[in-house]
Amino acid sequence: MSAEEAARPLSKTAERGPVSRFLRTYALQLGIVGVAVVVWVLFLIGSPRTFLAGDIYVSFMSTTPFFALVAIPLTLVVITGEIDLSFPSIMAFGMMGYDVVFLWTGNVWLGFLACLTCGLLAGLLNGFIVVRIGVPSLVTTIGTQFLLRGAVMIVTNGQGLGMTEVQETGLHSALVGRAFGFVPAQFFWTIGVGLAVWFLLNRHRYGAHVYLTGDNVESARLMGVNVGRTKMVTFALVGVVAAFAGFVVSSEVLFFWPTLGEGYMLNTLASVFLGGTSVFGGTGTIFGTFVASFIIGAINAGIVAAGLTGFWTSFIYGLIIVASVSIQTVVSRRLT
Amino acid sequence: MGNLLELRDVSKTFGEVAALHDVNFHVGANEIVGLLGDNGAGKSTLVKIITGYHRPDPGGEIHWQGRKLEHLSVARAHELGIEVVYQERALADKQSLWRNIFMGRELTGPLGVLDVRGMRIETRKLMQSAMGFTSSAITPESTVKTFSGGERQGVAITRALYFKAELVILDEPTMGLSLSETRKALDFVEGIKKAGKAAIFIDHNIFHVYPVADRIVVLDRGTVAGQFLKDEVTLDELTNRLYRVARTGSLDARGGDR
Repeated sequence: MSAEEAARPLSKTAERGPVSRFLRTYALQLGIVGVAVVVWVLFLIGSPRTFLAGDIYVSFMSTTPFFALVAIPLTLVVITGEIDLSFPSIMAFGMMGYDVVFLWTGNVWLGFLACLTCGLLAGLLNGFIVVRIGVPSLVTTIGTQFLLRGAVMIVTNGQGLGMTEVQETGLHSALVGRAFGFVPAQFFWTIGVGLAVWFLLNRHRYGAHVYLTGDNVESARLMGVNVGRTKMVTFALVGVVAAFAGFVVSSEVLFFWPTLGEGYMLNTLASVFLGGTSVFGGTGTIFGTFVASFIIGAINAGIVAAGLTGFWTSFIYGLIIVASVSIQTVVSRRLT
Repeated sequence: MGNLLELRDVSKTFGEVAALHDVNFHVGANEIVGLLGDNGAGKSTLVKIITGYHRPDPGGEIHWQGRKLEHLSVARAHELGIEVVYQERALADKQSLWRNIFMGRELTGPLGVLDVRGMRIETRKLMQSAMGFTSSAITPESTVKTFSGGERQGVAITRALYFKAELVILDEPTMGLSLSETRKALDFVEGIKKAGKAAIFIDHNIFHVYPVADRIVVLDRGTVAGQFLKDEVTLDELTNRLYRVARTGSLDARGGDR
């Protein structure tokens, strides 16, 4: 060993080529794509007739966005080291805003605006309790989940609302129409929200602060990052998108059920964690969440199509999630 | 030449605990002040007041270049050129090198859009010029978690210098470093002096502080127990006095007269 080599600063990272560096940097993203391919091949073998036809994919593109839309901003909440369990209720809370304003004015567009506004307010309420009052987000959002659902039930008196009027506006075809006659519009909205949030997270100061807040909140604060505002914006973003997703779901089925959102909780959370976002905060990608949501969305249909009974669904869900996050944990540890 | 920074009668209480009590402290222009004190003496609280992280209790005053500062916030302290290299080094472990260098002060274009390219280029320049990273295994994209203690210290110090610090505060910069890494950190303190800037060097190892400081201030249980110009006191004498402080709380020296 030459003297120059000996004087080199010590580092655990050895010299590596660009290919190896690429693999390391994008290990988790490549991993989730790998999981997606494996799951797809298994389904292809199990039920070639279903998975070689187009219908099943149209169905994925139609139903997966219902929870993928929320999983995308929820990823940011998890990266900041927080959690939000109230989004299923926010989906309904936003639609409660639509319900009230539509019945009052008869205007779909005003109702849509009210829906987004209610979502924003619900998100800000979460943010306020977490940031200003200082209640841990897990506890806060368990509370607001009940609170908001309760508000929906009280205001709507438990009654649903028909949404056929939405069909008469451009809103319906814009949100849940079929592009080229078969691609559900909500699929494009999911891609759009994904790209927008990706941009915020990776190419905007706000996103830089999201990562820093989740990684080391103390040093972020010491370096002048406004940690409170960053978290507040993140909760607000989930609120708006959850309300939007609520509107999309209701437009698709042309009916607003006051129980809207129930049943999306675990799919959405599973998408975020399966996508490689760490529950400890500081790391996570939108791409991972996006791909993971479609894996989650495919499992259900895939199992039934493969000839297994619906009773297998939970078991296989669990198997894929537990195996994937275990592999991710091992891989992340190896890479550092 | 006036003082760069001056604290007058600064106290800080957390609930019932008085972390600092009527502290008078100053840093002259281009002066390296060594701040010594045991755990719990109030060193970290003092630093956090100077950096705007904590507000002093009412009645205390902070002066910067002869002007009184009314509300010192973290952002304001950054503007003034007060930079800290923290003992925990204030790095975000899972983030890339460039994100750490520009933490809290990202280069942005219109509407807060990050200038990622610009930050990567600047980081690469700094790696070669200031940090002395020669290994090609480290790029601006490398995560800080993989760095050694000395490399991490280099990142924290370089970050402070890059943002044109007037006053650099080093909070136990030698803690957990190897001998050669400690030497590097001390060289940096001398570099601050040569660059015409001022520094506060906090440590509890007097053997690290003595060689590089112009003046040494001893903090004990929230008050200034005494201060010495280095020219007036030998290392042996200072060591003896510090033992006395630890035992009795009194330094038996010219105390608090600035």
